[in-house]
Amino acid sequence: MARAISKRSKIINSLIAWTIGLIIFFPILWIIILSFKTEGDAIRSPLAVVISNWTFENYFVVQDRSDYFKHFYNSVFIALGSTFLGILIAVPASWSMAFVPSKRTRGILLWMLSTKMLPAVGVLYPIYILFIALGILDSRVGLVVVLMLMNLPIIVWMLYTYFREIPEEILEASRMDGAGLREEILFVLTPMALPGIASTVLLNIILAWNEAFWTLNLTAAKAAPLTAFIASYSSPEGLFYAKLSAASVMAIAPILIMGWFSQKQLVRGLTFGAVK
Amino acid sequence: MSTQQTRSAAKVMLAPAVVLLMAWMLVPLSMTLYFSFKKYLPLRGGDLGWVGFDNYTRFVSSSSFWPAIGTTLLIVGGVLFITVTLGILFSLLLNQPFWGQGIVRIMFIAPFFVMPTVSGLVWKNMFMDPVNGFFAHLSRAFGSEPIQWLSQESILSLTIILSWQWLPFATLILLTAIQSLDSEQIEAAEMDGARLLGRFWFIIIPHLARAITIVILIQTIFLLAIFAEIFVTTAGAFGTKTLTYLIFQRVLESQNVGLGSAGGVYAIILANIIAIFLMRIVGKNLSD
Amino acid sequence: MSQIQLKDVSKKFGDTEVIPPLNLEIKDGEFVVFVGPSGCGKSTLLRLIAGLEDVSSGSILINGEDATKVSPAKRKLAMVFQSYALYPHMTVRKNIAFPLRMAGLSSAEQGKKVEDAAKVLNLSDYLDRKPGQLSGGQRQRVAIGRAIVREPQAFLFDEPLSNLDAALRVGMRVEISELHKRLATTMIYVTHDQIEAMTMADKIVVLQNGKIEQVGTPLELYRSPINTFVASFIGSPKMNIIEGPQASKHKSASIGVRPEHITISDSNGTWKGTIGVSEQLGSDTFFHVKCEFQDQSITVRAIGGLELAYGQTVFLTPEKEHLHRFDKDGLRIK
Repeated sequence: MARAISKRSKIINSLIAWTIGLIIFFPILWIIILSFKTEGDAIRSPLAVVISNWTFENYFVVQDRSDYFKHFYNSVFIALGSTFLGILIAVPASWSMAFVPSKRTRGILLWMLSTKMLPAVGVLYPIYILFIALGILDSRVGLVVVLMLMNLPIIVWMLYTYFREIPEEILEASRMDGAGLREEILFVLTPMALPGIASTVLLNIILAWNEAFWTLNLTAAKAAPLTAFIASYSSPEGLFYAKLSAASVMAIAPILIMGWFSQKQLVRGLTFGAVK
Repeated sequence: MSTQQTRSAAKVMLAPAVVLLMAWMLVPLSMTLYFSFKKYLPLRGGDLGWVGFDNYTRFVSSSSFWPAIGTTLLIVGGVLFITVTLGILFSLLLNQPFWGQGIVRIMFIAPFFVMPTVSGLVWKNMFMDPVNGFFAHLSRAFGSEPIQWLSQESILSLTIILSWQWLPFATLILLTAIQSLDSEQIEAAEMDGARLLGRFWFIIIPHLARAITIVILIQTIFLLAIFAEIFVTTAGAFGTKTLTYLIFQRVLESQNVGLGSAGGVYAIILANIIAIFLMRIVGKNLSD
Repeated sequence: MSQIQLKDVSKKFGDTEVIPPLNLEIKDGEFVVFVGPSGCGKSTLLRLIAGLEDVSSGSILINGEDATKVSPAKRKLAMVFQSYALYPHMTVRKNIAFPLRMAGLSSAEQGKKVEDAAKVLNLSDYLDRKPGQLSGGQRQRVAIGRAIVREPQAFLFDEPLSNLDAALRVGMRVEISELHKRLATTMIYVTHDQIEAMTMADKIVVLQNGKIEQVGTPLELYRSPINTFVASFIGSPKMNIIEGPQASKHKSASIGVRPEHITISDSNGTWKGTIGVSEQLGSDTFFHVKCEFQDQSITVRAIGGLELAYGQTVFLTPEKEHLHRFDKDGLRIK
């Protein structure tokens, strides 16, 4: 039903949308610009959008001074590790709930979701001393486990909704064709669910990368990821705008890119499928 | 739709997830519960015995408690109000045709993917710093005194920061919901004579009601647990201690574990109450 | 010796018994059609035979051996699903080869069998396409091809033609019947369409609410329906069932006569009525005649091209040899 959308309203909408969009995006745009200024310029003339002295020095200095890439590596390790560990545990669980549902399935799903609602601060101390007792405080592995448990409900949930979209008949056909459980999951289910699994992985890497409670409280020198690294700039001596900008840009760039691709998954994952 | 063989396999495959989450639930929770009934000060003597519900009453009667509740309500309420109202407006805007939709969407959504510590520090230093921040320069350009954002208008500052971070979430959810609205319904309404405001009020808003409820419930749960932004901007000073931050301080900073644990139990109960409402809506969705 | 035998097979879902204990024998090479209204249990029955559902009680024997607890693949049956259930991420070639791959055949053997099946089904040009690039009819054939390569003991079809448009359906019906003649393998076919049943079956099993109402050849069911349900279900348009005084005249609670067994005249006959809706098919004409002894119109078949005015008075005469009599329980009176 094509109706002529008046050119005028399209222009007005574009103007409004772009204006508001730029305002919202401004802080990010700003730190990108600042990151290429010299420190002096950053403070003296921050309002200047046109950069008189372009420089990459901030990016290099940040790495030199504070071992940026070690923290980057920690973020990658923790984000990927917790996500893949979660997938490993969640795929069988979601398979079973999606394809062999029982009377309890609904209850189990809702219960799993409710564990995500648990305020982390309520179990901060027990986890803290457990980690000390097990010797995994300030360790990447410890964080992988905690973040995996935090995100497991979302991973299970998202996979469940994606699996449910696979027609049951196709799996039955594979059984008739002689596929055992292993072959069914390996040759039929997983290839068909791959887009859904990829989306889930994407969203969870983002959530793990940005997690800023456990990563701040359970890490120190060894396992601190980027969230903690940036937080260390909050004390006055770290107050160098251009460098802070550079560090921030590097910390958020990967996720901004991944985030662009995962909008739909975000809606599905964080509203637990309640909004389609 | 299953046979005995598939049913047994299913139970085995579900086990690890269930067992892990159960352990994650029960072990730390019961420990928190345990500590909440004790006087436990690791730095000043350790385990000092059972004190019954003492910690619970002391937590609520402490001078920081009600201010913390107030702060929490102000911040959460403020962010909810801003994100939901702007979210509705922005989702309606984004649903219209205009040029460069792809790029504009990136701009609207980007803040959500910025990690909380970056967000907090960027706002604190680059925008709200009364000497060198962007707003300070703007104020001076207009000839007025720069506002002391984080030290004086601290709750407002945090509300702004958090709204900036969560606005994309609300917008995206509501946009998804609007786009699921069958255009035929709107066309039918037009045929029935409804004008722009009428269509908005009688068709779009009711359709969005469910999505709005979900946005409010989910954001509330996450906002109650906000930590990093406060940690890097004010560290709880200037009256920005939310309930969560208060508990954190009791437990990790002043190391009064018993008291902090009691606070934690309160937070857990509160979160669960909200969760119950959310689960009901999600549960209804499950039945299809 | 019967090839597939169901002995006292029943099925419960939770507390609901959808199929009470049922007995059925299917002979080697037969084309058997399970037919009945929606929810009568025909698909469930097929799935029980396939092994996709467990029986609640009773046993299923295949070639004399108890297959009740045997997994679907090991029963050596092949199924064609209503939605074809093709693997969307595999090419046609890989789809058809899948069962052979599961059976452990070498790639060379797989290749040969796939090519053979493709030739039989006119799919040779499409082997490297994916299901998403095929039309409905082509997908149908791929599903059949996947079943054929297994060289099963029996083929199971679950309403395979329902997703096709009318013209395609007629063509595929003939193709499946030809396939049956060529392969001479047992075929069990589920449909709600009694025309498919009549045209394709060697033997029809009419089901209602999980119970077998009647088993017989198409003509047996047409000529001697065992009760009013079967009488109304088989034959299109439906048989006219008349109760009341018109039936008591023949010492029955109800009588039945098919539209094609009533003569229509404008001057004299047994029943007087007025013309209601007339349907001109070209080859036939169907009149819905309103008689005063009942509310329900009587459907009458007449020669193609006959035009009678709405409201015109006519007389209907049922042919005595083709009058069916039923007692108060709906059962046929001999």
